[in-house]
Amino acid sequence: MLELRAITAGYDRRAPVVRDASLTVAPGEAVGLLGPSGCGKSTLARVAALLHRPDAGTLLLDGTPVRRWRHRAPRGLRTAFGVVFQQPRLSADPRLRLADLIAEPLRATGRREEIPARVPGLADTVGLTGDLLTRRPHEVSDGQLQRACLARALVLRPRWLICDEMTAMLDASTTAALVAVVEDYRAATGAGLLAVGHDQILLDRWCDRTVHWDTVVPTGKEGARPLTPVR
Amino acid sequence: MADTTAVKAWRSHGTARRSTHTVRLRVSAALVAVTVLAVLLVPPLVQLDQQAVDLAAKLRPPSWSHPFGTDDVGRDLLLRCVYGLRVSLLVGVVAALTATVIGTAVGAAAGALGGWADRAVMRLVDTLSSVPHLLLGIFIVAMFRPGVWPVVVSVALTHWLSTARIVRAEVLSLRSRPYIDAAVSGGASRWRVAVRHLLPGVLPQAGLAAVLMVPHAMWHESALSFLGLGLPTHTASLGTLIQGARGSLLAGQWWPTLFPGLFLIIPTLAIAGLAGVWRERINPRRRSELML
Repeated sequence: MLELRAITAGYDRRAPVVRDASLTVAPGEAVGLLGPSGCGKSTLARVAALLHRPDAGTLLLDGTPVRRWRHRAPRGLRTAFGVVFQQPRLSADPRLRLADLIAEPLRATGRREEIPARVPGLADTVGLTGDLLTRRPHEVSDGQLQRACLARALVLRPRWLICDEMTAMLDASTTAALVAVVEDYRAATGAGLLAVGHDQILLDRWCDRTVHWDTVVPTGKEGARPLTPVR
Repeated sequence: MADTTAVKAWRSHGTARRSTHTVRLRVSAALVAVTVLAVLLVPPLVQLDQQAVDLAAKLRPPSWSHPFGTDDVGRDLLLRCVYGLRVSLLVGVVAALTATVIGTAVGAAAGALGGWADRAVMRLVDTLSSVPHLLLGIFIVAMFRPGVWPVVVSVALTHWLSTARIVRAEVLSLRSRPYIDAAVSGGASRWRVAVRHLLPGVLPQAGLAAVLMVPHAMWHESALSFLGLGLPTHTASLGTLIQGARGSLLAGQWWPTLFPGLFLIIPTLAIAGLAGVWRERINPRRRSELML
């Protein structure tokens, strides 16, 4: 069970981006979070993935409150979340070949010996051919790079998947392929999913339950939005 | 014929720029290569004593037997210049490398750790930069007996500050990229994030800073030696050569000052030219800043 309770988070304590947001994802459940651009849903997703420490509120993971974020969080807890970001160009280290990009979490957690068994199969699952694996990020398309990023998120077999606008930059066929990979993975492992997006049709078809940002944040507490949202 | 000139005139701006660019790259590379080869090969191959005094031939103007002339005790200036360049280059390269390693380590640590550690380190850097670095260098050199290593230490310890600033700024801009988030989520430790994802991103900038620092460090060595604080006077370095020649310059003997001066300026311009081309490679938008 992944429970976010009254989370207040942001990049400046005086002007939080998210105020009192609450959201629950049951094990094996797929929850879609819908919201307009700049409302703070990405920040909430980062909090849920233990990548951003909230200013207030509780994150309960299977009933246990999480007290530490980013590097301070225990490695086992951090790697329980697989995260896919919106822009593959920015979320891939430009110096790593795609094979190394996918294998990087295994190397970082000292499970180097699993690479030959895990990486080729996973690359095949997300639809990357062998010649693409030897290329660097600038030599592949956005869609191919996002496939590699999804493979990287799945390589440690996370119990939770956080997809932050995973398909916003992609065409329809790549979107369908990546969603199918996520669903196959969830069917095989029973992982929970928090999919953030602004495409209601996609999220309605993909997820068990779609929640709108207005129901996550109590009314009247949306916070002072800048007139021109930055993100 | 008329056609080709018309086309040439129309494209002249682009081709002219490209050709000055390649000419500068080739000339700089050739000069650096000649300098390095001369410094490495001449002393072991020639087997001449640069300290050989010949009082009968003192202060001779340039001639066939002494192409650069002789100094006030009759030593051959060409040989002294090559040996001097050897010492100056050694000091320049070692000091620049040491300063770059210190600066990169400090800057990367400050940028990667952030928070109060970052603030404390950067205030220290600000404080040290507020002291004129030649003055600080003189202070460090004055604590030791004259020699090569005190000069290296003095130049290295006063020149890591700008590198630390550059590296920290670069790390700060890389640190907030989503790929660092992805690495954290993939279980990477702080150390691994710094070494595998942050440092490779700042190495081109740090390398460029190191190359640009080599001529700067050579000038510092010369300045310290010229002030009589750096190398002992019998050790040939470009600074000690120029300093020793001050008296004869007033008596109308120009060659003991001119040739060591050229030996200092030409490699400086060549290295700066190479670094300029490299900088253009890394960041084409900074083209206007690279005139050195």
